[in-house]
Amino acid sequence: MTPRRLYGLVRWYLRELTGETAYERYLERHRRAHPGAPALPRREFERQRTDRGDEHPGARCC
Amino acid sequence: MTTPGSTRTRPNWRSVLIWTAVSIAGAVAWGVIALVRGEEVSAFWLVVAALGSYAIGYRFYARFIARRVLKVDDTRATPAERLDDGVDYQPTDRRVLLGHHFAAIAGAGPLVGPVLAAQMGYLPGTMWIIIGVIFAGAVQDMVVLFISMRRNGKSLGQLARDEIGPIGGAAALIGVFSIMIIILAVLSLVVVNALAASPWGTFSIAMTIPIALLMGFYLRTIRPGRVIETSLIGVALLVLAIVAGGWVQASAWADAFTLTPQTLVFCLVVYGFVAAVLPVWMLLAPRDYLSTFMKIGTIALLAVGVLITAPVLQTEAVTDFATSGLGPVFAGKLFPFVFITIACGALSGFHALIASGTTPKMIQKESQVRMIGYGAMLMESFVAVMALIAACVLDPGLYYAMNAPAGVLGTTVESASTAVANLGFTISPQDLQAAADAVGEESLVARTGGAPTLAVGMSEILSSVFGGDGLKAFWYHFAIMFEALFILTTVDAGTRVGRFMLQDTLGNVWKPLGRVGWKPGLWATSAVVVCAWGYFLYAGVNDPLGGINQLFPLFGIANQLLAAIALTVATTVLVKSGRLKWAWVTAVPLAWTAVVTLTASWQKVFSDDPRIGFFAQRERYAQALDQGEVLAPAKDLDQMQTVVTNSTVDGVLAAFFASLVVVIILNAALVCWRAVRSAEPLPTTEAPYVESKLLVSAGHVPSTEDSVAEEDRP
Repeated sequence: MTPRRLYGLVRWYLRELTGETAYERYLERHRRAHPGAPALPRREFERQRTDRGDEHPGARCC
Repeated sequence: MTTPGSTRTRPNWRSVLIWTAVSIAGAVAWGVIALVRGEEVSAFWLVVAALGSYAIGYRFYARFIARRVLKVDDTRATPAERLDDGVDYQPTDRRVLLGHHFAAIAGAGPLVGPVLAAQMGYLPGTMWIIIGVIFAGAVQDMVVLFISMRRNGKSLGQLARDEIGPIGGAAALIGVFSIMIIILAVLSLVVVNALAASPWGTFSIAMTIPIALLMGFYLRTIRPGRVIETSLIGVALLVLAIVAGGWVQASAWADAFTLTPQTLVFCLVVYGFVAAVLPVWMLLAPRDYLSTFMKIGTIALLAVGVLITAPVLQTEAVTDFATSGLGPVFAGKLFPFVFITIACGALSGFHALIASGTTPKMIQKESQVRMIGYGAMLMESFVAVMALIAACVLDPGLYYAMNAPAGVLGTTVESASTAVANLGFTISPQDLQAAADAVGEESLVARTGGAPTLAVGMSEILSSVFGGDGLKAFWYHFAIMFEALFILTTVDAGTRVGRFMLQDTLGNVWKPLGRVGWKPGLWATSAVVVCAWGYFLYAGVNDPLGGINQLFPLFGIANQLLAAIALTVATTVLVKSGRLKWAWVTAVPLAWTAVVTLTASWQKVFSDDPRIGFFAQRERYAQALDQGEVLAPAKDLDQMQTVVTNSTVDGVLAAFFASLVVVIILNAALVCWRAVRSAEPLPTTEAPYVESKLLVSAGHVPSTEDSVAEEDRP
């Protein structure tokens, strides 16, 4: 594996793990479901995504 | 890793050779750690035994369970595919989901338990961690994950109600809530013990709050969604905070950060309340990113350290405390107390809550429950093995000087040295002071709770690879930070989950309380949860017999009780779905954990020995109190009264936990009996079969098209 590919793999993994790619996925989905309709800007999307945590607490283990 | 698909292939010689080699390596390693006596055993053998056993367990046993017992079916659409809403349900790459799931299950538990269990020697702990995970812990996680996945991601409480009935369901709900309280109290106690009278540690942990707030605002307003960049800034600031702690300790500010345990309890309770009522974006979300990065980074670092240094184990294989039950760290014999003390890492009921929550809603293909459920638990078990190694490479004299209760050790290095000698180990006052100086602490005497011991062990290992003796103090505080960070995240998240459960239940009685958006209700229920764990934390801190000594067994019993509930649900589902002949897969671990939990609770409630039985202890101190006597380690009548109160509460709780287990198991047995007797199979609770259209590549090419090939949607 070349260092470049390794870097690509690590970057892909971290972006997926931290949810950085959530917005891209949302845009993709939105484009398919409502073609032509304006999508949420990233700021608004991330806000809504994080604020869901207030109403859906997830447990962290001991 | 094996190729997916259920067609049986002819044995291939390369694979046979590799698995034979793995088995031989594992067997040799087990032979060395189990049989070699009177010689130095390297920690390297523990690592080989663990990895070899995990590989075999994963390759053969987990595959057997997936194919034969659960009958995973990759042509069946998972809830992530069927219900894909882009929010809760979404198909997620299995490697990414493994990371999510591991980050959610791994916490301070597997780091603390093995450290305490090291008082019985390295062998019992190692055996239980490795054998326990392969046959019990990882099986529980995988089976619960599968069951919940087949039912659209139902929670453990709902599963218990649907599969066992309303009584079992209610008992499970009460169990989960009370366990949460005990877990939060014990984990907070670990933090208090690690930070008391340590300005360095207290300063660096306190700094995590402004760092998290800063990250929260940065993510919210300046760079929305840029989590990696924000986390890197956070981690850099965190390391700076650890270094700065050393400067603070040497400065005039040191006094301001030298806090008594009682003050720390107050701070933690206030923190817990505030953190739980603030919106998640401010504190919890950034904290979670930080602790995930620290968790994965530190564990990797420790693994590298152990492999490079291959330290020699200083502890005996099995100590006398294993048979006498007189150990100072926690009382009681090897059976059942090692199995109670090491909960997370071998079998942890808490994982069933995670495996029946978010994860099942994100699985792409059914066969992935093996990698995500079983695999993540093997990883957690490996963390526990490393924690055990870190504790066992310490000189036993130092270990006992740090882990026996303060009431036994006194407060000075001289008194501790004498007390350790009475236990049959040696450490000179000078050596004890030198050990404290090396890690930049005032004193290491009676720093119970496991975290400081693990931190000393980690600093030994890490400093011999990175930076030498000069960096010992840094690594010690790095390790403390790493543990406290997890625990504070757990305290915050756990308080929220507890509040949510309380709101949900009380909402049935009085509607407004059930509304998650109603602020007064939110504050009131948060306050109730915080006060509940705060009470046990306060009691633990003030207990002359040592809070960890008293509370840790309750924590273990509670966690294994939850495992018993999860395994009962799993067994019931297997029996009800006509798989009686495979029910032993979960029934055997269930029987084991039931025997362990009930024996331990029985002893904690009914033992005549006041060191073990809570009521015998109460009796002894109450009688002395009536005659106005003061029994050591209590110093005055107030402390005598404290012991009486605490042992009553703890005893009642132990009895309560045990009766919950009994109720659930009896109820489940009845359901199973009906299922077996019934002429027709009971109605299934699974979501109906829908054919999967999702294509999943087994390759390692990192691209989004690769991980999910979406079908057209209307």
